[in-house]
Amino acid sequence: MTTLARHTPLIPLPAGPARIIAATGAALTLASTFLPWTWTTAFPGNLTVTGYPGGLQTITLAGAALSLLHVLAAHRLRGLRWLAPTGTTAPTVLLALGTLATTWYTLGAIARQLGGLVNLEPGGLLAAAGSLLALLGALALPTDLPHPDGPAPGPLRRLRHTFTTRRPHPAAPLPAWADLLLIAAAFALGLLLFTYGVDAEYGELFVGYLLLTIAGLAALGRSGLTARLTTLTARHRTLTLTAALLTAACFPLTLTNDTYTNLATSILIFATVALGLNVVVGLAGLLDLGYVAFLGVGAYAAALVSGSPESAAGVHFPFWAAVLTGIGASLVFGVLIGAPTLRLRGDYLAIVTLGFGEIFRITMLNLNGKTGPDITNGSMGIPNIPDLDIGGFNFGDTHDLLGFTIGRFGNYYLLMLLATIAVVLVFRRAADSRIGRAWVAIREDETAATAMGINAFRLKLLAFALGAALAGLAGTVQSHVITTATPDQYQFAGTVPPNSAFLLAAVILGGMGTITGPVVGAALLYLIPNKMDFMQDYQLLLFGVALILLMRFRPEGLVADRRKQLEFHDDAPPEGA
Amino acid sequence: MAATPPLLTATGVTMRFGGLTAVHSCDLTVHERQIVGLIGPNGAGKTTLFNCLTGLYTPTEGTVTYRGTQLPAKPHLVTQAGIARTFQNIRLFPNMTVLENVLVGRHTRTKEGLFSALLRGPRFRRAETASARRAHELLDFTGLHGKADHLARNLPYGEQRKLEIARALASDPGLLLLDEPTAGMNPQETRATEQLVLAIRDQGIAVLVIEHDMRFIFNLCDHVAVLVQGEKLVEGDAHTVQRDERVVAAYLGTPYEGAPGQAEAAEVEAAETHAATPHPEENEPR
Repeated sequence: MTTLARHTPLIPLPAGPARIIAATGAALTLASTFLPWTWTTAFPGNLTVTGYPGGLQTITLAGAALSLLHVLAAHRLRGLRWLAPTGTTAPTVLLALGTLATTWYTLGAIARQLGGLVNLEPGGLLAAAGSLLALLGALALPTDLPHPDGPAPGPLRRLRHTFTTRRPHPAAPLPAWADLLLIAAAFALGLLLFTYGVDAEYGELFVGYLLLTIAGLAALGRSGLTARLTTLTARHRTLTLTAALLTAACFPLTLTNDTYTNLATSILIFATVALGLNVVVGLAGLLDLGYVAFLGVGAYAAALVSGSPESAAGVHFPFWAAVLTGIGASLVFGVLIGAPTLRLRGDYLAIVTLGFGEIFRITMLNLNGKTGPDITNGSMGIPNIPDLDIGGFNFGDTHDLLGFTIGRFGNYYLLMLLATIAVVLVFRRAADSRIGRAWVAIREDETAATAMGINAFRLKLLAFALGAALAGLAGTVQSHVITTATPDQYQFAGTVPPNSAFLLAAVILGGMGTITGPVVGAALLYLIPNKMDFMQDYQLLLFGVALILLMRFRPEGLVADRRKQLEFHDDAPPEGA
Repeated sequence: MAATPPLLTATGVTMRFGGLTAVHSCDLTVHERQIVGLIGPNGAGKTTLFNCLTGLYTPTEGTVTYRGTQLPAKPHLVTQAGIARTFQNIRLFPNMTVLENVLVGRHTRTKEGLFSALLRGPRFRRAETASARRAHELLDFTGLHGKADHLARNLPYGEQRKLEIARALASDPGLLLLDEPTAGMNPQETRATEQLVLAIRDQGIAVLVIEHDMRFIFNLCDHVAVLVQGEKLVEGDAHTVQRDERVVAAYLGTPYEGAPGQAEAAEVEAAETHAATPHPEENEPR
């Protein structure tokens, strides 16, 4: 009896009835998605059909099915045990919560758009009741871990305890081919999930998708599958990287529309620049608030030599020479800014880089022929940058490749992917070397680092210059994708990424010092504002709230560096994540 | 000793912070294979002198020469020249692993630059393997084998001190400067550190050590210098210094006739006897 009492959930019910309630709720929710939720097709996604789910109903369907699977896994059903190696209750609760959030959000959106709850059909009400029942049932499941010894915990502590699971134990080793298959499957699933988000046609669908995805990822973390996957990817690092790049290369083929391919290209540019910033911030620990200026230098340099009729230089370099020009210009600019500023530390460096970033933008604005020499056309920028043509392959045309049609943005996406690969390789190799270790040492304790014989100023300058060069590389491609280089693209803060503030946010939110972190962070920071433009007035507010919450509860970022993970959760009680 | 040229010579080193003179005209010599102790009460300027020797501070006056060449006041160049140090308040790189900490110590003895790291040629691989092998040797030497993959911050205190020494040794120094290596250690750990310092000397590395544990100093040091209020008071072998009255005075203060403390003690004694005599029966009710 005592052991049972020590697993008391929020709602104290015996385990058997709780399971039945949770399973019934999930099953009802699942069934409701085959019924109409509303009577009119005025709400996007057509939720009026009996017999198969549509639009947001599919997301509820996915959530309910996953919840049901986890409830069944708790019954120790053969073949489902792998689903939750560290505990079933926490993931079930999270999934039920995600399903409830998505379903109720959908119903609320219907009522709001169509003017009242009367617009809901019985199917919708069934979904609402079913998802609530599933969550209540899940909250009554016995907790995965016993409560710590001491007085009987109150409701709040019981609720918090619901989300803790056992520490993941090492999995039985599998043959290498099984590892490969698992990694491939994980990437394929990830690609599918990401494509669904990018392809989401209307804001409501994206919100529903986002709610369930967040809950689902949290559930994966609690069930121990994330830890399992991390061990796998750590065992096969090169293979994982290859798989990631292959997945990324396949990505434009899965998209249904050129607008989305454009979106994907923008995300990739943003992510690449964030990776470059990660060298400066994540490795060397230099807070650079004007980093976007280096992207601008690369873009302007490439625009000037692109053969655009509006370019003051009036030359047309081949692409490789334009890339070298962009990288070189950024590098020189980086060294020029770094040499005087890098003697400062911490806050002072941040303010000075912020100033230099703005100086770049204002200078570009003033080199317009009136307030200075005519080089950049001022606020008009350098428009009409022609499409690239490498060895007869024109990036502006549509090409057929292995039966797939790849349009203009698809071409640039693949080109940008090459640049990203280059940046990833540079980051990885630099980080794991004498130079990278010296950078981290400077970040950790600059005085001790100099006492170990590290010339701190030179190495900081090297990090700054390398970061600048990587941004310059991204800039050369960017100017060709968007065909214009204007000063207001390169601000400190704005609503459209990339700008310096969003770049820094992508690095910190994603996870400093990692490769995956800034890429994930950049994708989220680009995708969410883009897809939720109906909430435009509240966008920055929500962004701020999300940042505060994340920094409070997961200071190491979404993807934790091995070191950071130990740094922040060293003495924490055993948790699943 | 006089036959061998000195390893480190500091002449007339003076360090002023504004109006405060922390170290005043200090001379210090360390010979090859010598263990030299630097002692003195708290605030005597020992660590300041260390910082002057290692280039963390630029001395206001005076010069420091190592193997006959004058040292510039740049810490990385001093380490490059062959002087390594540890810190009084441990300054490891807390979020790097133990192995990485030692590898950072190898920085001055390896040459591989950024391009070499990006291209990953055979020379880069050779240098990395050699560095890792040397780092593992040093971890074995300091008794940290098996801890290579721990985060430095997670090590217990005594092992953090050992790691600092291993990291300093990684730069293949000719002279090692230890700033209170046994601070906060228990007697067993202190004895172990003594053995470690002797083993370091046996490898041909001279050691200059600041320490408050006198037994440690007198067990190890061939030569001891006493610093009091920024000035070198006495210098000589351990026994000379131990018997010197000025040293004892610097640590314990000088007793002299008619000291106010003695007068007060006498007064208190007198008052007590005075208070006790008039009513002896009250004091002893039984």
